[in-house]
Formats: sequence, C-alpha cells, structure tokens
Amino acid sequence: MDITFKDVTYIYQANSPFAHKALENLSFHIPSGSFVAVIGHTGSGKSTLIQHLNGLITPTEGTVQIGDYQINSDKKPENLKELRSRVGVVFQYPEHQLFDETVAKDIAFGPKNFGVSESEIQRRIKEIVPAVGLDEALLGRSPFDLSGGQMRRVAIAGVLAVKPEILVLDEPTAGLDPRGQREIMDMFSNLHKEQGLTTVLVTHSMEDAVKYADHVIIMNKGTKYMEGTPEEVFTQREALNKVQLDVPEMIQFINAFEERFGKTIPFKRQTVQALAKEIQQALKGAGSDE
Amino acid sequence: MREKFIEFRNVSFRYGDEQPWVLDNVSFEIYKDEWVAIIGHNGSGKSTIAKLMNGLLYPEQGEIIINGMPVNDEHVWDVRKQVGMVFQNPDNQFVGTTVQDDVAFGMENRGIPREEMEKRITEVLRSVRMEDYLLTEPHRLSGGQKQRVAIASVLAVKPDVLILDEATAMLDPRGRKEIMRTVSDIQAKNEISLITITHDLQEVVMAERVIVMNNGSVWDEATPRDIFAKKDELRKIGLDVPFIAVLADELKQNDLLIENEPLNHDELLEELWTLHLKM
Repeated sequence: MDITFKDVTYIYQANSPFAHKALENLSFHIPSGSFVAVIGHTGSGKSTLIQHLNGLITPTEGTVQIGDYQINSDKKPENLKELRSRVGVVFQYPEHQLFDETVAKDIAFGPKNFGVSESEIQRRIKEIVPAVGLDEALLGRSPFDLSGGQMRRVAIAGVLAVKPEILVLDEPTAGLDPRGQREIMDMFSNLHKEQGLTTVLVTHSMEDAVKYADHVIIMNKGTKYMEGTPEEVFTQREALNKVQLDVPEMIQFINAFEERFGKTIPFKRQTVQALAKEIQQALKGAGSDE
Repeated sequence: MREKFIEFRNVSFRYGDEQPWVLDNVSFEIYKDEWVAIIGHNGSGKSTIAKLMNGLLYPEQGEIIINGMPVNDEHVWDVRKQVGMVFQNPDNQFVGTTVQDDVAFGMENRGIPREEMEKRITEVLRSVRMEDYLLTEPHRLSGGQKQRVAIASVLAVKPDVLILDEATAMLDPRGRKEIMRTVSDIQAKNEISLITITHDLQEVVMAERVIVMNNGSVWDEATPRDIFAKKDELRKIGLDVPFIAVLADELKQNDLLIENEPLNHDELLEELWTLHLKM
C-alpha cells in the first residue's frame, strides 16, 4: 500500500492555551514497496507523523491517504480496524507493552483481536518465531522471564503475526547490543523484501538509513526539510548540519579525506572494502601528481 | 598512585537461588577521577554491576568497596550520596512536576540551602542546555530532553561518581555527542569518576579505560585502543568496532602500512598523510 500525506498539519490541544503545532503543511508520497527512513532531531515531528499512519491521530488539517483509506480532520475511515490490521506499528521499546501469561499468548493477542482463526494463528506463530530469532522452547514461558533482547523480539513477533502490509518501526533497535541491532535490522530488511512490505523506519542512525533505506525523509520542526535517495540526501553536509544532523561516518571521512588530499571519492553506498581500495588508488594518484 | 574509589572483590550475583549467575567472580578497580566505559552484549552483566555499585542490589558472594566503605545495610545511604546514577528510560526518573522541581528534589533531600540550590539549578541546566525549560512540565519534554534533565538532577548533588547506564541510548546522535562533551567537561573539572555503560562506540573511544564484560565475567580490561585492536574477538562476543578501525584494517589489506591502530578520523588521516609522502 502506498502512503500519501497532503498538506497535513497537526496541532496538539488545538484551541487551548497549550496548542502546539507538531506538523505543518507536510506533504510526501511513499510508493508501495519502498523502504523509507524518517530522520530528524528529537521533537521534529517524526512520532506525530507515524501516529497518523494507522489512524491513532487524525490530521488537524490536510489528508492522509493509506492505500484506499483516507483520513482527514472530519473523516476517520469507518473501517479503521481493518486499516490497523494492515499497518503494523512497532513502537519504541515495544517490550514495555507485553502483558500476557506466555510468549505464545502475547504473540497471538493481536491477530486474535483482528479475528484471525486459532489454527491460522498457530501456523503464523510457527513461521514468525524463528524469523525473529526466538527459540520455540520459549513459547510457553512468561515473557517477563526473558532478557530485554528476547522480549523485544516477542513484541515484534506480535506485530508481525497480524501480517501487516505496511510496517512502521520507531527506533526498533534502541538499547540493543550491536549484534542484536544488526540481527533485528537484517530481519526487517529480509521481511521487507520477501513479503513486499512498505517499510517506514524512524531512526537516529544514519548508518542504518544508508544500509537499508531506498528513500530518506528528513524532518525539522514539523516540516519536511529534505527528501531523496540516501546518496542525494546524505551528501549535503551543510544542509544537514544546519538542522543538527550529522552525515554518516563514511561520508564524514570521505569529506575529511578530500580536504586533506584534494582528491574526491564519490559516495555511492560502497562497502568499507571498496572504500579502502578507492583510498589506496587515490593516494597513488596523489603521489604521481607531484 | 591513583586513589582507588570503587573496588569489586570476587563479586558473584544471581537473581535467585535457582537462577544462573549473572556475575561470576568479578573483580576490578576504578580510580578517583577516572573515566571507565563498561561494554558487553545484552545480558553480560553490565547493568547489574551498576546496581551493585549503589546498593540497589547486594552481591551473593564477594565484596564491593566504595570510597573505603563496604556496600552493605550500614553504609548504603552514605554510598548513595556519592554514587549518582542515570538510567536508560527517561520516563522512570522524573519526580518533580516541573524541570526546576525535578532538579531541586535531590538537593532538598540533602538539605542544601535554598540560595545554593537556585544557583546550582541554573548552573546544571545550562550545562545540559535546558535552561529555557525551568518551569516546563516533564510530559511536555521529549525523551532526550527528559534525559538531559535527569543528568542535570544527578549533577546538582555533586556526586563523586556518575554512572550513566545507557543514559544516552534514546538521544539523537548530536544530542548524544553534546551530552558526552558536557559530561566529560564536568568530570575533568570536578574530579569525579565517570562510568559509562554503553553500546555507543564513540562514547567508548572517549573513555580512558574499557572493561569488557562477557557472560558475567570480565573478558578484558584495557585502553580503548588496545581493546579495539582485538576486532575479530570482539565481534565473536557480539560487539562492534568503530568505523575507523574497520577502515584501517581494510587499508592494511590493500598494502597500506597503517601502524598505530587509529581510532578517530584525524589519527587515520595523519597515518595516510605520512604514507602518501613516502609514495
């Protein structure tokens, strides 16, 4: 399903002395099947943006279109529940929302709510549990006996068990160790490809955005500040610095290298191995110039 | 010789009699005025160490000495005056109804006079760039802003050691960097020990010494440079190495003789410059 925001403004506590404009005139289009990274400073409107994606909040002005579902200020879709079964949201620290007696019951809670049959739920659990890197032996355990990383995976499995077409991830790896971070992101990336999902990733990690996303939206003060491919967006260091964001570390190094040696190495999301080769060649070239 | 401030002597801990050991015979020392980073995979025992340091938990075996005092029922309140701690989740740490009340809370408990309190509130909030939010209610702050206030609240009571238990995990990269700069300034100025428990490699590189935990034991203890030289071994225990260290390794594969295990951009560029002059 594709996602379109048209002139969306969202005001918290409108018509009160505490009114606060969290989004202003936000427009963008995410084609079905994209992997989009939404990046911005704390308070830039990212969280407000994603709450629109499954109708948790409705725009104060403007229109949000998710597939065939239209959401605007005076019209919530009648089939909101159906929309929510098609848009899965993994909120920050989703393990805080675990509540059931066993891991299996916790994962089953979402699909059960959406009327999925018991046999289908069991089938999905069998498929999803290994996919998120959990051992089936844990299904009968209380989720509260698990480690933080395992609890995170249970919570994610609960969202995936609904079989959403759009997956919204709000800093899904916060607090995990490096291996856990990589495993979870690789898992989302595989799911995205295998199931043809539309994925919206809210992240602070420029590295993850470069590695996984095909499109980047930079938010600042409730508006869209920049948009494009990772290569287009992340090579604009000055513009990003202006809104308190850094470019990925590889680009920082490429820039510093250029300043020092006068040699430009283009950024094309290359591997570190490839970059090392290019540096070696650039150095050779720099030597023979003299 | 540097003065010992924290000492773990053969500490073992588990959360219940039938449970596995979370810490297994852990010994280390942390000196006054030192900055130590503790790293390790999730579940390696890092956070348990932090909770043992201020008596939120007691060891089942072994002994913990803070500034000469064993951490036990008799000394726990004195220990807590000296050990300030900021945790990962900002929502669990607010007690005041405004930013200013929150910073004042810890000082009130310690009977600090009002005038001094006011002075410190301005001072610490400025150091975390939250001075414009004196009267703001906590629920109006973002996660990162809350965490900056939590750090300010701890700093306001001037502890001897500040423990940041993944306290920057929810901040954006720039905010993280600024907090770390602020914290390191404060550490240098006030002669306090700083213990950062973190997965952030940039924070690890800033520390003087790194303690690496693996499955409840101390896996290694050394400077960041020596630790990150063990790239493959670190990866095996679920940890990562900084981009620059990875790039330096790849450059070596391309016959560039990088010698000094660079950890930041300047160090690597310097090495490349020297090599390029010889080419």
